[in-house]
Amino acid sequence: MWKTILRRILIMIPEVIILSILVFLLAKAMPGDPFTGSINPKADPAQIAHLMKINGLDGPWYSQYWNWVVHLFHGNLGNSYQYQEPVTRLIAGRATNTLWLALFTMLLTYAIALPMGVFAGRHEGKLPDTIIRFYTYVTYCIPFFVILVVGIWIFGYVLGWFPTTGSISITASGWLNTIGSRFYHILLPGILGALFSTVNIVQYLRSEVIDAKHSDYVRTARAKGGPTKDIYRHHIFRNSLLPIAAFAGYSITGLLNGSIFTETVFSYPGMGLLFINSISYRDYTVITALVLIYGILNLLGTLLSDIILSLVDPRIRIQ
Amino acid sequence: MATEDSFLTIKDVSTAFKINGQYYDAISHINLTVHHDEILALVGESGCGKSTLATTIMGLHDPDETRITGEVDLEGTNLLQLDENGYNQFRGAKIGMIFQDPLSALNPLKRVEDQIQEVLDYHTTLSTAAKHDRVMELLDQVGIVNPPRTARQYPHELSGGMRQRVIIAIAIACKPDLIIADEPTTALDVTIQAQILDVLRSIQTENHAGIILITHDLGVVAETADRVAVMYAGQIVELGSAEQIFNTPKHPYTRSLLRSMPQLNNESDDLYVIQGNVPSLRRLPTTGDRFAPRIPWVPASEHEATPTMHEVAPGHKVRCTCYRNFTFPDEKGSDRV
Repeated sequence: MWKTILRRILIMIPEVIILSILVFLLAKAMPGDPFTGSINPKADPAQIAHLMKINGLDGPWYSQYWNWVVHLFHGNLGNSYQYQEPVTRLIAGRATNTLWLALFTMLLTYAIALPMGVFAGRHEGKLPDTIIRFYTYVTYCIPFFVILVVGIWIFGYVLGWFPTTGSISITASGWLNTIGSRFYHILLPGILGALFSTVNIVQYLRSEVIDAKHSDYVRTARAKGGPTKDIYRHHIFRNSLLPIAAFAGYSITGLLNGSIFTETVFSYPGMGLLFINSISYRDYTVITALVLIYGILNLLGTLLSDIILSLVDPRIRIQ
Repeated sequence: MATEDSFLTIKDVSTAFKINGQYYDAISHINLTVHHDEILALVGESGCGKSTLATTIMGLHDPDETRITGEVDLEGTNLLQLDENGYNQFRGAKIGMIFQDPLSALNPLKRVEDQIQEVLDYHTTLSTAAKHDRVMELLDQVGIVNPPRTARQYPHELSGGMRQRVIIAIAIACKPDLIIADEPTTALDVTIQAQILDVLRSIQTENHAGIILITHDLGVVAETADRVAVMYAGQIVELGSAEQIFNTPKHPYTRSLLRSMPQLNNESDDLYVIQGNVPSLRRLPTTGDRFAPRIPWVPASEHEATPTMHEVAPGHKVRCTCYRNFTFPDEKGSDRV
């Protein structure tokens, strides 16, 4: 067990190095620079060149990369050109917002998807299954941002149940009020996000349950004379969960990435919104930091998936 | 036909599967009895309904997709009248089933011990310690060398033969009266086959169980069976003791099967091949002899319009009248009956 995890972590080291180089080069490959747009168009090109120089943007890519890595190890990701604020502090503030939203969305997703998927698979072809399948197909067909916009329109404006922008109300004060207000603000984006991300899991789980139902080992279990509910609990459920568990790590990082949509539509000050803004401003330091974080999160997600899978499936543990 | 000492009587059982909204008989009007201390072999080609009969006795068919008529009488209870809960009192306890493919018949995520103990959980009130002891005893009985070690292992750590032993241990955990073994040796290599059959026989002598052994391997039948029922296209075409079936086979199908077996003393390199295929469910003839299309040289007048079972010797029954003058085309004029 520990061997498996340790080996996976060691494999991650070269992955992270390659990732960081790629990230750095890709950010550099974007056309434009952080100054041309923000200075008087009549400014002297020599002036811009000077700005590039003092910001360390003039050398060859490997020296720039090396500087960046050295700073990285000192916990210094540079200053945001746009916000004139250290990138670490900027991202830390946004990351908490995103994390809460992602966590809430994920909990809600599994809370909805697991019972739904098992129920649909168990009553395959019956009315409840048809209804659940209809729901998943319809949701799957609608682009995510449309769901978000329509959701905001219905629940935010027409019904007025939820706030439509921001992560906290300006008037919130005090410990309890702050938390309450924060939670209130992630409710609608969280629910809409969950509605969308349940679809895959429900469909997956449903077909896994149907497969497991007709599998030989379930027939063996039925031949033992076990009541249906025990057979679902002991045999069908756990086996059907394998692919879902294998996917759990990815889906966590998927949620963090997917928050780009949600945060933009809801003007929710998280990493996603910051990412989009930084790209339009060519805020290199922030972009590289964010892409690197997303990349590392993906690696961690894969690691997490592997760990979960080796916990639930004895067949893939390394002896 | 039921004799006093038979404990399982199958009366006029038909099982039909729903295909595109219509029911098609997979087995029709099966009559069989099983006695204690007996191995009854069900033989026939793939698709002739052997496994369907087994799953019908176990009540493992999806009631929405199948229509089952007739009576399966086990010690005075008609199983087919039972609801799911009632059936569960019999499955695992009074009837044990051994499945064809040991590689997929065990839950890959559970330890061997848990999978055997599950039967005991459902049907006994033993203490945890007593259940553990019983599991060890069972593993030992089915010929596992190191029971405590195997009990802790997962199915993927075991060989095919060991898995099949575990499955047998599950089937016999509650000392059932009836054991249905659905091609228990098909997926195993020949040396293991013999061992598994030995295990089955020794269990039978210990528990006095009746065994229904489903197989298409006539060698296995010759070695183990006391009585044989030959099935073709969902019907029993010949029923008799193993000696009767092997020494004086009557039905053309039985004779064709025996003739298509490789023989050591046979000089010829060619094996006899039965023409054609088992008809698919939807093309089963409703009247006439179902085997007739595969012995086209036999004139229609030899067959009965609705073939019935005829007793040719005590306990030896044959369907249809076509057996009387049946000869193979290459032995025309021979006086074999």
